[in-house]
Amino acid sequence: MLTANRLVDGDVLYWKAGSWVMALADGEVFADPKAAEAALAAAQRDVTGNMVVAPYLFDVRTDAGGIKPVKEREIIRAAGPTVRLDLGKQASKATA
Amino acid sequence: MYRYDEFDAQFVAERVAQFRGQVERRLKGELTEDEFKPLRLMNGLYLQLHAYMLRIAVPYGTLSARQMRMLAHIARKYDKGYGHFTTRQNIQFNWPKLVDVPDILADLATVEMHAIQTSGNCIRNVTADHFAGAAADEIEDPRPLAEIIRQWSSLHPEFVFLPRKFKIAVGGSAHDRAALKFHDMAVEIVRNDAGAVGYRVLVGGGMGRTPYVGYTIGEFVAKEDILAFLEAVMRVYNQSGRRDNKYKARIKILANALGPEEMHRLVLREFEEIKQTGTLQVPAEELARIDAYFSAPAFEALSDAMPKGDADFENWVKTNVYPHRANGYAIATISLKPIGGVPGDATDAQMDALADLMDQYGIAEIRVSHEQNLVLPHVRKADLPAIHARLKALDLATPNAGLITDIIACPGLDYCDLANARSIPLAQELSRKFTDLKRQHDIGELKIKISGCINACGHHHAGHIGILGVDKKGVEFYQLQLGGSGAEDASIGDIMGPGFGEHEIADAVERVVELYLKERQDGERFLDTYRRIGMEPFKNVAYREQLYAAHTG
Amino acid sequence: MPLIRVEGGRAAEARNDFVFVPDDAALPQDGGAIVTLARFIQERETLVARNAPIGVRLKPDETPEGLGEDLARLSVVAIEFPKFADGRGFSWARMLRTRLKFTGEVRAVGDFLYDQIAYLVRVGCDTFEPTHPLTADDFNRALSEMTNVYQPSTDGKKTIRELRAGK
Repeated sequence: MLTANRLVDGDVLYWKAGSWVMALADGEVFADPKAAEAALAAAQRDVTGNMVVAPYLFDVRTDAGGIKPVKEREIIRAAGPTVRLDLGKQASKATA
Repeated sequence: MYRYDEFDAQFVAERVAQFRGQVERRLKGELTEDEFKPLRLMNGLYLQLHAYMLRIAVPYGTLSARQMRMLAHIARKYDKGYGHFTTRQNIQFNWPKLVDVPDILADLATVEMHAIQTSGNCIRNVTADHFAGAAADEIEDPRPLAEIIRQWSSLHPEFVFLPRKFKIAVGGSAHDRAALKFHDMAVEIVRNDAGAVGYRVLVGGGMGRTPYVGYTIGEFVAKEDILAFLEAVMRVYNQSGRRDNKYKARIKILANALGPEEMHRLVLREFEEIKQTGTLQVPAEELARIDAYFSAPAFEALSDAMPKGDADFENWVKTNVYPHRANGYAIATISLKPIGGVPGDATDAQMDALADLMDQYGIAEIRVSHEQNLVLPHVRKADLPAIHARLKALDLATPNAGLITDIIACPGLDYCDLANARSIPLAQELSRKFTDLKRQHDIGELKIKISGCINACGHHHAGHIGILGVDKKGVEFYQLQLGGSGAEDASIGDIMGPGFGEHEIADAVERVVELYLKERQDGERFLDTYRRIGMEPFKNVAYREQLYAAHTG
Repeated sequence: MPLIRVEGGRAAEARNDFVFVPDDAALPQDGGAIVTLARFIQERETLVARNAPIGVRLKPDETPEGLGEDLARLSVVAIEFPKFADGRGFSWARMLRTRLKFTGEVRAVGDFLYDQIAYLVRVGCDTFEPTHPLTADDFNRALSEMTNVYQPSTDGKKTIRELRAGK
């Protein structure tokens, strides 16, 4: 998957079909490295357009539970601090 | 404490306007992120794991009630209701929006605060003993010099694009409460044989990938010469510090590659030249003028008797109350390490309540220590019971200053873009494991310091027990180090060996502590026992299960 | 990009009297020429004998002290900033003005940013050849952002301490 931070507020974003979404679960999982690289290249438009900063690709696994990042860093980044479950994206999910 | 005059106020206001302009240019695309990054860093703004992070300067860790209230206001208005006090006496907010930061800085400017040079490859916040002006063992308050250094280093045109960050600390007592020997450069106030007060300058200390204990580069620098001397060191560093490798760019690498003799020769050459010009001499009137800002409050003549209180109060006094130089007064440490809590964090409500408490009891200053706690430097002993009760109601009276549950932990992988492992949950687990106060007292002074990556913001190299979180094939592992110290007996902890898994580390720490209790002699602290018996015995008990498996496998 | 000169705290476009001559190119017959330090050391005799102003461009790891006595023959020393984050040039400019007492032109060349202009002027640069498209207006704006300074530098600007003392 492809992630970046929104320039104006630092929010973590995930690429989906040429645009960006807030929740990892809504993001696009690339079937192969070529598609991923193509998306990363396309995302440069939003870098030069001053919408996002520091886009990068990261690995995920898909199983019965849904999409799950391989690295713990990305799991935490998608949810929020593990020591403050009332903060970050995990908080809005809880109240949704 | 220091009070801005019109010049200081104008300086900070113009800096805010400058940053506002930089943000506008960034949003318009006139600056790329690569160009903007060093500029925002020099105003304390990082991009972290979840959001931006703003590090606000608390010069030499000193805050007024009014400033504390403003921090509470910022937490509420622009962030998520809390802030984190750091190991460099600053405060960090974890959720500011880039577009709000100019307004945050403008708000800070109204109370004489800023975020200038709290990050970036420049001279950072100058830290000092958090007991400054209050401890009985002080030769002189280190903060006037820290303020002089702060001004001299602010937007110094030659030193804003150094090879790497540069951290300076000032100490005023033989008892080092500012970790001088782990700083890029440090100044220790000393008295020579003639009884004159001057400065010993240390260079080349640091944590991180390659920790070093600093060495003396200036044995006794006269007060009026100190800025010339510090500038000489900075110049040598800016010219010759490595720029090819980010992990070899600190002055500690240069100072140790050149060695003390050559380093001294280069510094002395610059120093003599600067002295010749006379431009950096600090006149006696200026020293006196700055000193006056830091003169102690008028202490009343009070009884030195310690009031009695309930068991909670008595326990709190045992660890959190430190002797003051004036009769009838005490220094009180406000622990930001509640059992199971996040080390160093405070809510906006707590900050406001502390400001109210300060006003009510006539305490003009509060300090941020470099161990993620707060300190009330001048408290009437008679007021201690009432203050304790107030703190207790605020969950700020944990009686654990210096004890095993007074843990330092960096934000770690829960917050930080650089981290490899989480550090806060481990701090919480250890805190809960050792919560029994009797046991804590039995263990005595034991400083656990946890870093979530090699950058060592948790100062793990200086922990009696230091823990470094690493990423081992996607799993959090924790390496143990023993025997570090950030005091005047500075030492870098020894690495025990292979790391422990996330579910093993706390038990390993407990086994290490139990061994200390078994082996200690005559009032030895953990650190003393370790230094006497060495790593082997601790290693054996820590790896017990793995060793057993190895022997029987 | 036109050369920018800062004089008395004010910036204006200026005529560039010097051309940078790459190592493998021939020197012009006349007119000011700037060469790299390596070339200067190599072709010192020819360059010094030349009947036209000569200058040397220093890389970040080249201290002006490497020019030795020849510094006195140079009309301009150009300090290269291949990467704006490499701040050695600030120390070299300052060294030219103080230790080496150079009174010729000190030129900042390269990747430096708008936000570094004020610092470059303070440490003794008087002309600028930026890679980024910076105008004289940009320079004047940059120079007006911070009215006062806390520390002395080669620009001789009064420090806040001196202003406080009414000096």
